[in-house]
Amino acid sequence: MSLITTLLFAAFAADSPALPPAATAEIDFARDIAPVLKRNCQGCHGAGMQQSGFRLDDGAAALKGGYSGASILPGKSAESPLVHRVSAVKGAPTMPPAGRRLTVAEVGLIRAWIDQGAKFPATAVAKSARPAAKHWAFEPITTPNVPAVRNAAWARSPIDAFVLTKLEAKKIAPSPEADRRTLLRRASWDLIGIPPTAAELAEFEADQRPDAYQRQVDRLLASPHFGEKWARSWLDQARYADSDGYEKDWVRPYAFRWRDWVINAINQDLPFDRFTIEQLAGDLLPSPTVEQRVATGFQRHTLTNREGGIDDNQFRFESTIDRANTVSTVFLGLSMGCAQCHDHKYDPISQRDYYSLFAFFDNAEEVDIDAPRAGEIGPWLRGRAEYQAKRDALLKEHNVAELQAAWEKDILYTIAHPGERTDWDLAWDCVNKLTEGGNGAKIVRIPLEKRTPRERDILTDHFVKNYHFAVGNKRYKELKLDAATKALAKLKSDYPQLTQAMALAEPPEPRPSFLRVRGDYKTNGIEVQPTTPAVLPAPKKSGRLTRLDLAEWLVSPENPLTARVAVNRVWQELFGMGLVKTTDDFGTRADVPEHPELLTWLADDFRKQGWSRKALIRGIVLSSTYRQASLARPDLNEIDPENQLLARQIRLRLTAEQIRDGALAASGLLTKNVGGPSIRPPMPAGVMEMSYASRGWGESWKESEGADRYRRGLYIQFLRTSPYPQLMTFDAPKSTVTQCKRDRSNTPLQALNLLNDPVFVEAAQALAVNVVSQPESKRLEYAYRSVLGRAPSARESARMSQYYTEQQRLLSDDAKALAALAPYVPPSATRLDTATWTGMASVILNLEEFITRE
Amino acid sequence: MQNERQLIESHLRRDFLRRGLTGIGTVALSSLLAAEGRTEAPDPLVPRKPHFAPKAKNVIFLFQEGAPSQMDLFDPKPALQKWHGQSLPPEMTKDLKLAFIKPTAKVLASPRKFAKYGQSGMELSDLIPEMAKHADDICLIRSMHSEAFNHHPGQLLLFSGSMIGGRPSMGSWVTYGLGSETRNLPAFVALQSGPGTSAGSDLWSNGFLPSLYQGTVLRTGGDPILYLGNPAGITRESQRARLDALRDLNQERQDLTGDAEIASRIHSYELAYRMQMAGPEAVDFSKESPTTLDAYGINDKESRAYGTNLLMARRLVERGVRFVLCMHSGWDMHSGINGALPKLCGQTDKASAALLTDLKQRGLLDETLVVWGGEFGRTPMSEMRRPDEANNAGRDHHPNGYSIWMAGGGVKTGQVIGETDELGLTITKDKIDVHDLQATILHLLGLEHTQLTYRHFGRNFRLTDVSGQLVKQLIS
Repeated sequence: MSLITTLLFAAFAADSPALPPAATAEIDFARDIAPVLKRNCQGCHGAGMQQSGFRLDDGAAALKGGYSGASILPGKSAESPLVHRVSAVKGAPTMPPAGRRLTVAEVGLIRAWIDQGAKFPATAVAKSARPAAKHWAFEPITTPNVPAVRNAAWARSPIDAFVLTKLEAKKIAPSPEADRRTLLRRASWDLIGIPPTAAELAEFEADQRPDAYQRQVDRLLASPHFGEKWARSWLDQARYADSDGYEKDWVRPYAFRWRDWVINAINQDLPFDRFTIEQLAGDLLPSPTVEQRVATGFQRHTLTNREGGIDDNQFRFESTIDRANTVSTVFLGLSMGCAQCHDHKYDPISQRDYYSLFAFFDNAEEVDIDAPRAGEIGPWLRGRAEYQAKRDALLKEHNVAELQAAWEKDILYTIAHPGERTDWDLAWDCVNKLTEGGNGAKIVRIPLEKRTPRERDILTDHFVKNYHFAVGNKRYKELKLDAATKALAKLKSDYPQLTQAMALAEPPEPRPSFLRVRGDYKTNGIEVQPTTPAVLPAPKKSGRLTRLDLAEWLVSPENPLTARVAVNRVWQELFGMGLVKTTDDFGTRADVPEHPELLTWLADDFRKQGWSRKALIRGIVLSSTYRQASLARPDLNEIDPENQLLARQIRLRLTAEQIRDGALAASGLLTKNVGGPSIRPPMPAGVMEMSYASRGWGESWKESEGADRYRRGLYIQFLRTSPYPQLMTFDAPKSTVTQCKRDRSNTPLQALNLLNDPVFVEAAQALAVNVVSQPESKRLEYAYRSVLGRAPSARESARMSQYYTEQQRLLSDDAKALAALAPYVPPSATRLDTATWTGMASVILNLEEFITRE
Repeated sequence: MQNERQLIESHLRRDFLRRGLTGIGTVALSSLLAAEGRTEAPDPLVPRKPHFAPKAKNVIFLFQEGAPSQMDLFDPKPALQKWHGQSLPPEMTKDLKLAFIKPTAKVLASPRKFAKYGQSGMELSDLIPEMAKHADDICLIRSMHSEAFNHHPGQLLLFSGSMIGGRPSMGSWVTYGLGSETRNLPAFVALQSGPGTSAGSDLWSNGFLPSLYQGTVLRTGGDPILYLGNPAGITRESQRARLDALRDLNQERQDLTGDAEIASRIHSYELAYRMQMAGPEAVDFSKESPTTLDAYGINDKESRAYGTNLLMARRLVERGVRFVLCMHSGWDMHSGINGALPKLCGQTDKASAALLTDLKQRGLLDETLVVWGGEFGRTPMSEMRRPDEANNAGRDHHPNGYSIWMAGGGVKTGQVIGETDELGLTITKDKIDVHDLQATILHLLGLEHTQLTYRHFGRNFRLTDVSGQLVKQLIS
């Protein structure tokens, strides 16, 4: 029994006069007790259902109790929680929760039975714990037979055979292959996230070799931008962000280090099983490399609350919950969140299952580590001695060692004597919440001589920066510690530092983990061991399981879900919708797939190809199914409005990042560097001011300069309480919890964004400059090819000419407008021409076709 | 196989005579589309019928961010005088959830003077003389309860129903439930005065709802809506020409691809254009009388920001905006409360009162629900961060027994609901939880909170999470 419940019961014991008295007669279980339990309890706590893990049809299980621990204490009816519950004692949950209450006489019988030893007859033994669920997604992954089809020529791959066999049965013809331009644009958006250049398109259109398309696909798969594109959906699932998420919303300057790891891993085609293992448990691999520890950053994108006065236990609990939910959704496609509070209503997931998964993460510790990037170590080493000398001198000059020692003593006293001085309570709270780069609360309790140099520096930096909480600003300034804080920061920026990474570590001593009654972090239930959900095949390993065991189990041959879920998400990226529509829910209420065998075949093949993401994607994009035209099929409007039969490809609005990247690429502004710290394009005025970050807790948005302003959307610093508006307007995730699918909304604010956001205006201006550098007769075609990869039609040309003339009329006398629209005029053009082309470019960049993958 | 260009050409040959090349100006687009037989994807913001007859159509939520002190404004506690400067006995403080101070902190009596106002004799503080005149127009709740005792979680709980982020905010739920009465302005608008709030954009986030239910920030300086203004060099006339060309070219594409989404995209651009007219008009106060501006405190530097937002709120509701969230920050007074509180009240009291007067005069109060409140309240005990500084005493967070008020559509006014004990430590009558408040707000709008759900992660979520009881006393 947990401490809290013990205390609760002790309190009841004192109040026991409120309980109905125990019956005095000798109890016969079959006559006196069984009917009461059957009528009132076993509907929820019997053979069919064991709510809160409690059952009364099995003697041993009943005495053991449910999730909140033992409920029947033989010999002690007044202290037995079961008695409190059926007597509706204040403070205890009332049982039964609805309907008829037990009578005083019935409670009396139960009390007497418990006092007489709570004996169950030998026959009270339950048959099976839980009926095994039969559900397609939980069936083992086998190798389905590839069906034979009539139109064998169309079926380039087994994928096509699965699709075509259904179409043939329904007498539906697949759509013709898309034209080459559409095909290459589609493959480029889908594989690298940016459109092909006019030259790349021309080359492909002219390539007569039979494997021309395959060559393009292979080129795209080998591109360093492949990792950028496919990292993005992984970042959504990992709820990646560059800030804490609560209140002060501190920037996480090194979150990008994990993002770089993902981009590299995908570019190198790290097999998905390794990809999984390293991110869940890279730190537990034998002699882990720095990169393997960096990979565990996957689990560090949980939110952090640094608000003064918060209960650390609550937020530690919430982070752990979020880790369990994320792993369950991302890898198993099971939304287990419901089971945080009670057994899952629909899926065979009990609350015990949930907290057993939770227990894998309950022991983990957040650590920040040195994770130098290429080329960092040399300069860092060279500067070290000098940096250290200057730092030591600076600290000595401000008498920091002595002041800090006294402060530490007072902090330790405050920990032991809370409530004596509010100012010192606050100073201690700040050690807890505001220490940067490490766990201040832990370090301050380690004797100075036992601290690592890193730990010493972390606490000293905290002390110098935050001593004012303890002694007030006046004294702080007298000591010139405000100046010292600035000097320390400057020293850091003057000398090379190592990039850090946010990682997980496992302390050697596991701490016990408990089920939480009703999901309340304060109410411990029974102790649980880390293990996987009972409905799925059990891990092969015995003994106490670790995160590494969990990761290996996820990618084990017996696991029916991980591969299915992973290939389904890849399919979603390439067709706009998964084979299972509910990509975050493969449970019993999930959408039943139109093509379950195709899904299983893909999952099986994925594993057979060594979990190669590139091989999987290659196989799909080379299929006839993928290559179909995306034009609407009026003949299918009624039969297949959602395109589940896949008799065509589909037009998809691009993501927020692709829209930005596309505009920058088409206008020649895009900086294509891969990886590195997040960037900050100009933030519109008034956005940062709406969040707490505006209150002077640091420079959260210092605009990037030069080429960094024009990098891909993937690299835009994501501040959770003040996200970059264009991302939000075009449905990028909020990054608070895992997200497996993006919306594709269509709103007036998107129109305003594309028409008027300086980023897009600048793109139009840059494109105009390129266009007017062309001979006049080629300009429109050049502009169309730059943006859409095709020449305009006759009608389009006519409409554009009409707009051209209208603009010239409107602009010719407006010197101010001309100057604004054409800040630069290339030698070959006039200002009027350039300004007019800015307008023309803006129209083309706003075309629906431009923001759509066809 | 034809390439795309050939497809376009062949299509155009067929279509050439059917349609002229000229623009169509501002003819209503949907009728035009219908006339041409083009289908459009369904509009998710179309006004929807509530679950039952509503008492109110719109909401103006006056969010006082940081937690205003109830015993200095709404809930007089003369007994604190007796305890001033002393610690309370442990048995009185054992259940308190405190953020910064400990239960032994010393009591801080309120220096405020309370008097009875209105026919109901509602006791209110001398810091809110203007609001006090509206005692009969409001329902004061003195027994609010929140599970959260820190700002960001508290704000999330109040607006999204959960202390953990990622869920839709109240305005998004309401817009999702009722749709929009205007297509010239966003349905859900957020306005900010004072420094940024703890929860930032979470307060108007669509969470897991589709992003078109996201609140739109309306700014008082520069463009009222982000990117509403044309870039330098684009006049209204050239904007129209730009949009006409865009529309015609997009229609070409729809005719070719048959994708209904393109018609919706064209529609969005037309709405954006209308918004470009309606947005500046909505925030243009030039037609407001000097008396009105003065009533809202707009002529006074201290109260200008909040007053401007409240007048804006009235104008937006008049123009069909469904939910206006006005956030005013600065109420988090851990220290120096007796100096800071008069200042904050000076910034806000006049305008809050003026809003009620104004809505009433225009006949809008009956259909508009006005809610005034913070994420929790403050302790009767003092917080002393700098014992060496004079007037440093402040108050800590107190989620159990704080005050808010409501007015307008469907609210039974001129009454006080709930009571706290003598010292304001606990609720002694009619405890109202944040989820109860949410259920009641939705009810007044004709929405049954248990039925307003959205399926996500395999589960039906709702604003009130898994609890919430209707507060019947509150309803007229």
